[in-house]
Amino acid sequence: MSEERRPSVGRPSTAASASLEHASGPAATVLVRGARLLDPRAGIDGTADLLIRDGEIAEHGDALEAPDGAEVVEASGLHAFPGFVDPHVHLRTPGREDEEDLDSGTRAAAAGGYCAILAMPNTDPVVDTAPVLRSLRERARAEARVPTGFLAAITRGQAGEQLTEMAELGGAGAAGFTDDGLPVRSAGVMRQALQYQRLAGGVLALHEEDPSLSGDGVMHEGEVSARLGLSGIPSVSEATMVARDCALAAYEHGRIHVQHVSARETVEALERACAAGVEVTAEATPHHLLLTDDAVRSLDTNFKMNPPLRSEADRRAVLDGLRSGVLGCVATDHAPHAREEKEHPFELAPMGVTGLETAFAALHIGLVRPGVIGLDLLVERMTAGGEPFGVPAPSLAAGSPANLCLVDLEAEWEAGEAGWESRSSNCAFAGRRLTGRVRMTIAAGAVAYRERSFALEAVR
Amino acid sequence: MNRHLLSIDELSRDDIERILRRAESFAEVSGREIKKVPTLRGRTVINLFYEASTRTSSSFELAAKRLSADLVSVKAQGSSVDKGESLKDTVQTLSAYDPAGIVIRSPHAGAAALVSRWTSASVVNAGDGKHEHPTQALLDVFTLRRRIGALEGTKLWIVGDVLHSRVARSGILAFTRMGCKVTVCGPPTLIPRGIETLGCEVCTTLDDLGDADVVYALRMQRERMTGSFVPSLREYAACYQIDGRRLGPNQLLMHPGPVNRGVELSAEVIDSPQALITRQVESGVVVRMAVLYELLAGHAAPAPLPEGETTEPQPA
Repeated sequence: MSEERRPSVGRPSTAASASLEHASGPAATVLVRGARLLDPRAGIDGTADLLIRDGEIAEHGDALEAPDGAEVVEASGLHAFPGFVDPHVHLRTPGREDEEDLDSGTRAAAAGGYCAILAMPNTDPVVDTAPVLRSLRERARAEARVPTGFLAAITRGQAGEQLTEMAELGGAGAAGFTDDGLPVRSAGVMRQALQYQRLAGGVLALHEEDPSLSGDGVMHEGEVSARLGLSGIPSVSEATMVARDCALAAYEHGRIHVQHVSARETVEALERACAAGVEVTAEATPHHLLLTDDAVRSLDTNFKMNPPLRSEADRRAVLDGLRSGVLGCVATDHAPHAREEKEHPFELAPMGVTGLETAFAALHIGLVRPGVIGLDLLVERMTAGGEPFGVPAPSLAAGSPANLCLVDLEAEWEAGEAGWESRSSNCAFAGRRLTGRVRMTIAAGAVAYRERSFALEAVR
Repeated sequence: MNRHLLSIDELSRDDIERILRRAESFAEVSGREIKKVPTLRGRTVINLFYEASTRTSSSFELAAKRLSADLVSVKAQGSSVDKGESLKDTVQTLSAYDPAGIVIRSPHAGAAALVSRWTSASVVNAGDGKHEHPTQALLDVFTLRRRIGALEGTKLWIVGDVLHSRVARSGILAFTRMGCKVTVCGPPTLIPRGIETLGCEVCTTLDDLGDADVVYALRMQRERMTGSFVPSLREYAACYQIDGRRLGPNQLLMHPGPVNRGVELSAEVIDSPQALITRQVESGVVVRMAVLYELLAGHAAPAPLPEGETTEPQPA
């Protein structure tokens, strides 16, 4: 009956950038010369030198002096953004380290400009007890290149029946709670989780679909599924559950975060809930913002994920939601799968695509270049992913911990041409020409990623 | 024409006409005492069937044999497939025998297209999940054309479980390409949302069945009856069975087989002279001979078929 086993009641995990863990690197002292600094939240937009001293942003200014021992990075022509934050990543550890582990997953994150990520608990075993959570956090302290938080399951084994020891898990550093991959089927269990949230704290992040509507569906129900003879997942499978859970959250005064919104009807349900004052946040993925079920005509299994790619009207609604802020952040739902598992007929292949390394560039060429959204909006939404979980958005303002990425917006590259940092390659954008290449990422004050060619230039 | 036959989508009306003419010429051969032609002698055709099938697999076998090809039939049961070998490994193993053609039947959409990426053989889709069954559609068009001539403006009703039917999907595409006006009809739970984008009308009752020139009934699979797609077999038959009362004297009747007597069709219409069901089975062999010929013989001996030419294949 050790101290450890007693739930640490009354220490809600919401406060918690402290709940993120990483292998601490040497605190960086770097002078970034001549980058275009863009931090919409802090109102920073202009070309200047930026000095990072001992892992902290010290000052911006013209022709800053490099302190002794500082690395000087010639960054004219590059943009400096606050580091991105991804609230939805699958690191497959423990259980499927062949697909991803903490090292490879966080390397992929750093290569994508991310300085913090949150990992989902649908591993093997499921993260549903404090010991599993603690061991993961310990591994992150040894292996993670960028600060990584771990959500714990809402129900034991994600079976949807019995709540996990949420209070103890919160005390052990859970970044929030989710049964992601599966919905919380029972409205009664969902209600109990919302009630128990008052004790345990932590936002409930929800994968929303009604299994009785999704059935054995493998793609969006619509023209394309009719043509291909594939079982469809109707939009209302997501939207009805979102409406249910918003009603429950309102009734119990709980806080929920709706994951990977895919359908127009869902965006509408969220708008109504927000207008009614429900504490609900939501995320959108790059693939739902950029692709439609039309891509599935190829039966390429890298277009199979859950929720599925939907119609053009759905895509536009998700985009509008991102603009209006009803969907407040971009999340990749980075879901690595082994190659042999994706080399099956579409119906048999597992759902999920990788996205950490392509998110910014895919959205840049797909939405910013054609003028659909502004660069400042994209940066704001890419950096906001931690906020629903109490992880503050990174900032370029002086005095902030150094969390930033340097990006060459002019650089054009083909996704996957030089391989992947991730252990898996099941990316929906593989083979596409993208613009916007991350040259360097500094996370929690240390250099987490340097593009190879850029590293050479910087040294010179 | 493409190197593979994966979907009716890939065929132009000219491609279809060409296959039909070729099938006509084989139909003539089939009338002779010795039904074999030497066209594919020395070439190997592999029948790879991951689903139980009697008529499709046997008619492909017969078609390959009548073209003098060497035939290997691989059924999912009793093969390495049961030992957990993936489709890719199976196809790569079979490809080591250097087949000219692989005929594949799979319970999964897109399987034939996948196979075509993993082999240098020509691939024929003999049914992939609920997606397509292109040779069935071609033999249906062939059968109907032989009976009534040009199909332009012919009104064809496809009745039954459209949701789970690859025959319906390929049929809609092929018949509309040949100029037919296609209507699909069935219980609302068995009509896929968005099917009208394939170019057909949709309705849920047989009230206007009298408009049809041809009624194409789909097989109502018994395993679907146990779900909640239809409340009961009895109610399905009451609403959608094609019987002597509903089928007019000038309407033709088709069915891909095997028929559930007393479910989608009544005994009287099956045995009526309006039914083309056994003609469809006969056509299966010659149309599949034509498909194999077009895909496999074309590369070695590129002999374009002149307009109206029907006698090219010689009996052995």
